[in-house]
Amino acid sequence: MRSQEAKINNDFDIWTALIYFLLVGLGWLNIYAAGYDPSANLGWLDPSLTSTKQLFRIGVSVVLIIIILTVDYRVFDTYAFLIYLATIFMLLLVLIFGKEVNGDRNWLDIGGLRLQPSEFAKFGTALALARFMTFQYNNQKNPLLSYASRVAGVPTFLWDWLNMRLAYAGAIIFVPILIILLQGDAGSALVFMTFSLVLYREGLIPNWVLGAVISIITLFVVSLFVREEDLLTYVIIPILTVTLLLIISSRKRTYQSVTLNLLAAGLLIVYVISVEFIFNNVLEAHQKNRILVLIDDEVDPEGRKERYNLKHSLVAIGSGGLVGKGFLQGTQTKLNYVPEQSTDFIFCTVGEEYGWLGSFVTVFLFLALMYRLVDLAERQKDKFARVFGYSVASIIFFHFAINIAMTIGLFPVVGIPLPFVSYGGSSLWGFTILVFIFLKLDAHRESQMERK
Amino acid sequence: MLESRKWIILLIFSLTGISFLVRLFFIQVINENYKIAADDISVKKIIQHPHRGIIYDRNGKLLVTNVPVYDLMVIYEEARVKDTTEFCRVLNITKEDFKKNLAKAKAQSPRQPYPFIKQLSKESFAQIQDQLAEYKGFYVTSRTVRTYPHQSLAHALGYIREISEKALANDKTHYYRPGDFIGINGIEGAYEKDLRGIRGIKHIWVDAKGREKGAFKEGKLDTLSQAGEDLFSTIDLDLQQYAEYLLQNKAGAIAAIEPATGEVLTMVSAPYYDPNLLTGPEFTRNYNILLKDGNNPLFNRTIQALYPPGSTFKTVQALMGLQEHFLDANTVFPCNQMLVKCHGHPIGGLQNSIQYSCNPYYVNVYRRIIYQNRILQKDSIFTLTSDGDGRIGYEKWQKYMYQFNLGRKTGVDLTHELSGSIPKMDLYDKRYGKGQWKFSNIYSLGIGQGEIGVLPLQLANVCATIANRGYYYAPHLVKGVGKNKKIREDFKQKHTVDIDREHFELLVGGMRNAYRSGTVNPIAIIPDLDICGKTGTAQNPHGEDHSVFIAFAPKDNPKIAIAVYVENAGFGGNMAAPVAALLIEKYLKGKISRPYLEKFVLDAKLLVPKTTEPLNKTPEKPKENPPKPAVVQTDNRKNLNISEKPRS
Repeated sequence: MRSQEAKINNDFDIWTALIYFLLVGLGWLNIYAAGYDPSANLGWLDPSLTSTKQLFRIGVSVVLIIIILTVDYRVFDTYAFLIYLATIFMLLLVLIFGKEVNGDRNWLDIGGLRLQPSEFAKFGTALALARFMTFQYNNQKNPLLSYASRVAGVPTFLWDWLNMRLAYAGAIIFVPILIILLQGDAGSALVFMTFSLVLYREGLIPNWVLGAVISIITLFVVSLFVREEDLLTYVIIPILTVTLLLIISSRKRTYQSVTLNLLAAGLLIVYVISVEFIFNNVLEAHQKNRILVLIDDEVDPEGRKERYNLKHSLVAIGSGGLVGKGFLQGTQTKLNYVPEQSTDFIFCTVGEEYGWLGSFVTVFLFLALMYRLVDLAERQKDKFARVFGYSVASIIFFHFAINIAMTIGLFPVVGIPLPFVSYGGSSLWGFTILVFIFLKLDAHRESQMERK
Repeated sequence: MLESRKWIILLIFSLTGISFLVRLFFIQVINENYKIAADDISVKKIIQHPHRGIIYDRNGKLLVTNVPVYDLMVIYEEARVKDTTEFCRVLNITKEDFKKNLAKAKAQSPRQPYPFIKQLSKESFAQIQDQLAEYKGFYVTSRTVRTYPHQSLAHALGYIREISEKALANDKTHYYRPGDFIGINGIEGAYEKDLRGIRGIKHIWVDAKGREKGAFKEGKLDTLSQAGEDLFSTIDLDLQQYAEYLLQNKAGAIAAIEPATGEVLTMVSAPYYDPNLLTGPEFTRNYNILLKDGNNPLFNRTIQALYPPGSTFKTVQALMGLQEHFLDANTVFPCNQMLVKCHGHPIGGLQNSIQYSCNPYYVNVYRRIIYQNRILQKDSIFTLTSDGDGRIGYEKWQKYMYQFNLGRKTGVDLTHELSGSIPKMDLYDKRYGKGQWKFSNIYSLGIGQGEIGVLPLQLANVCATIANRGYYYAPHLVKGVGKNKKIREDFKQKHTVDIDREHFELLVGGMRNAYRSGTVNPIAIIPDLDICGKTGTAQNPHGEDHSVFIAFAPKDNPKIAIAVYVENAGFGGNMAAPVAALLIEKYLKGKISRPYLEKFVLDAKLLVPKTTEPLNKTPEKPKENPPKPAVVQTDNRKNLNISEKPRS
């Protein structure tokens, strides 16, 4: 035991922990600022302040860290599926006993402690996925798909990455997504898409699929922005078709055929047309509005209804300038113009009070954390630890990207918190558990079995 | 091979982070609009309207002051009225008004306060104040309006009203904002900058729910409102009220000046109106009624009506003739009524001509003026010497008239003053052709008729100049601005006329006689006042002539100089002189010793009302007042700017 402890002290990655605490500290400071009322004359630690409640949650996080660092590192590996099932069970409980907050039924009340199980489901899913990836597996083709391909005469590379292994991994990810979607929390469900980055790293998704996904997203955004049909037909579709064909033909084992090219071009046109259709007929009114305000200045220019969140968020951040208005000097946040300012829109306080420099530091800390996590993941001998590490980095990335993008008008408003910084227990605890389980695994990488 | 995918993933992370930082740089550092928007959203500017300056008369009596009024404001989005019937009953409005006003509030801005009812009556305010809690979205704000504890001096005081869009657009100082009140006329207009004070602005944080959250930047940008300066007027309110009392049922004008200072003691333009009519919620209605009234009660005749001076003009002609040595005390002209009529009177020298207002005498005087006395009379045929050019004489005459401030603005501290008219030679050149007109075309100027037009105030100023024997101070109505009672520099300046004192003494002697035993109606003679005066009859092509009288008293060390016009009252000695005599007595003695004279004046009803619409008044009634005439009177003339034709 003694030797093991010594090892932890030596190999424990102090840098990641440092960034973690910096971000948590930054969060607490901004939660205090967001809730600060100069006329209320309250002490720093007045129990009625949200920041004081958050301090308590930070305390709980420290306890969680100590527990994680104390228990045997093999627990997570061994009980990965059990933990996954437990979090799935919690998600199901929410469906039945859940509490509705802001229209979403995603809260669970356990003896006065309000939890958001979707935050813990991420870590359960990450564990399960990591454990699953350690299984030795024949790269068995899906017989059904193989049959279909032969009949259709379509090039095999289009699905030779589709196999049972990917299907199981997908199932692990999609079960929580489905339940969370049933809760009505589209934002949290969206986060699970980030696991595809992990699958990509593990080779379950080939390069060209990633390229295609990125192209499709770009195309979706572009076709939303470009309303002029002429431009769509004569400029964008040809350019994108050529680009996509170039990507495809750059593969070494390319199956060059006229059929394929025509198929791809046809699909693209259908896709672009269908964007309009999906936008108008599938999305709900409020979702549509959240997208519309990003692309159409004519929608609610006064910022009283659909644009309210976006407008006040941008004004708060934009009025910060280079160095910001100073600690506790933010006005748009302090005067409650910014919605959800201590939770989802906490970045507004950062932007307003510390300006671009504050934004830079925040973005930098997140990038540094994600780089460090990826680096740590790559140095794992154990596949379980590596996959888990990538999962942690990917989840943090997704939250970071969507949250900040939404506050600065690059993404529709989706209610997901900024990791470590936003007010809220479940989110903080969920991310704490993710980071420190990985740090615990990393600290023991020398003693891990080689399961590459 | 798969390890290299680390770099792809890191590239995705990095590109995301970098694109955020670029976007943030644009939002936070480059784009200034968000900073402006932030203050627009969260800082409310509260305007503190300064207290408008108060105006006192020369004896410290209040002429104008402010009283608080209450506006019922509404914020449309927050407005909740459960019992509309009760609400309308308390406010004394109809349900249609209620709906109409709410619609207006919504149209203006659903979130901004809108004046639902301006200037609540005291009764409505008292009632609504208790029940206001029940009507969400409604609140009462107070502001002040002008009020007059008397009903006089409307023209000289002027009024204030909400600034027009046009005036707002023309305001180069950018001081005014929509909804501001601005002095339009009279003293209110002329001293607008002193009276209005300086507006204060408070910057206050407001949160998303509209609650106030303390001072913006610790009040560094706030400016305190500074009350307007009080004005100390030269007007004698008692004399003013008495003058208005005398001019009831008449049209005309009175201007009285303290000769030693140029201070205007009284300024009446009749018909007049109660200044309180143009303060209340009924401003627009009352204003339009006054505007449409055929008797022009809004018109300030003392500084805007061009009347012929009539025979009062002989005074300045005599003075010029004396100064230029065209005349002396003993110059006699026959009362030859070939050109102009006269009234039977003894023939004599210059004083005699003033005493009896001999028309032919002054035609002759004027001829000498025009031809510079270079006329040889041979058997009743006039022959001009070579250097007796009429144009030179006319120009010289103009210069003398200008010295008396005729044909020039007096510079009185009121807005919209006209300059009167001393005709230019161009006028005759145009009418008759250059070189084609001569004295016989213009001789009526010499007896104060024809193309000449003077303002009653100018005539009073001429009278003050005579009273001073050769100088005047520009007439003014304000002798002190603010606590230090500063007076405008131009009112301290003494204007001297280039005429020797002895000539004035000669004229004054004639004027003394004119009042005592000349052309003045004997009923108006009050011997112990030592009044010197000159009557005049201004010809009026539209009806009965206007009665004119200028006078000052006492003869030595005069205290008051006055000019009176009574329209359609005939001979100057008949109506204008009694009015002037009563006012001089009132001013010098403080009482009236001849009630029959007062009755004589009051009995003259020369005005037919031209409006039947009743004028709404503010509920607050002024107290302590002398008997007052009905507010608006009338006459049957269309045009007050009369261009007179010379008698033939």
